[in-house]
Amino acid sequence: MTNHAEAIDQHIRTYLLVFGSLIVLTLLTVGSWHFLHLPIGPHIAVALIIATIKATLVACFFMHLISERKLILAVLALTVVFFFVLLLLPVMTSLGDQVGH
Amino acid sequence: MEIPYIVEPRQDTGLNNGKLGIWLFLASEVMLFGALFAAYIMMRVGGPTWPLGASILNVPMATLNTLVLITSSITMVMAWASLMRRNYSAYQLYMFATVGLGLVFLTVKYFEYGHKFHDGLYPSTSTFLAIYFTLTGLHMLHVIAGMVVITYFALAGRSMFRKNPQWLTNRVENTGLFWHFVDLVWIFLFPVLYLM
Repeated sequence: MTNHAEAIDQHIRTYLLVFGSLIVLTLLTVGSWHFLHLPIGPHIAVALIIATIKATLVACFFMHLISERKLILAVLALTVVFFFVLLLLPVMTSLGDQVGH
Repeated sequence: MEIPYIVEPRQDTGLNNGKLGIWLFLASEVMLFGALFAAYIMMRVGGPTWPLGASILNVPMATLNTLVLITSSITMVMAWASLMRRNYSAYQLYMFATVGLGLVFLTVKYFEYGHKFHDGLYPSTSTFLAIYFTLTGLHMLHVIAGMVVITYFALAGRSMFRKNPQWLTNRVENTGLFWHFVDLVWIFLFPVLYLM
């Protein structure tokens, strides 16, 4: 029982750490937009990299993916593949148009 | 009849059925939002001009909403941790806090939408506003759906807790997975729509 309670306490400490990191990263996103005035390309890259780090933190710790079963990771890996296919569809369509011309 | 594998994991999957179900559902949700993100990229790359989100939208309000949703994720996960400790009153408090933060999110969004409509900016005004209202509107529906489920478990959880506390813990974990997914979608929507 003590071990169980300690494990939960450890979980809560991790959650609070992740929460703090998410707040800092959000402020960093807005700060980089407000103060750095980067050209559009690097600006998009910085914003998306920070968003990806935040999403990874949420998925790994709040959604427990870091200690999840392989079956769920396999389902998600397949989803990621189809997600990128979906994102690339517009590019592939425009390439097809160019070849057609 | 007892529903099988709601607490103990199935031998073949190593998971209880509820958890596998919610992850399959979330996978379909990734494809739903993925299709809309793909549409956004296609319109942005294909359009002759594209407005900077911040020139039309309210960045401070969206920043506030980002912080609100992140806070609601920690209250949601604390509700689950409270159930793991078998502390029902703390669980209920965190669940209501999560619903309250969801309400704050919706209120801020109400004012944001209100300002846009007041300025004559509608989904039909431009391609940018069309995708903005579609993505944020769909996301808002998910926030409302999550709030309905969380309210249900906050109000009706006591009898479930008495009967089978681990089952309630698993159901709240699954509800949390959906809520964190809603947070995760917003984490991308915020920079993509408001800051680029």
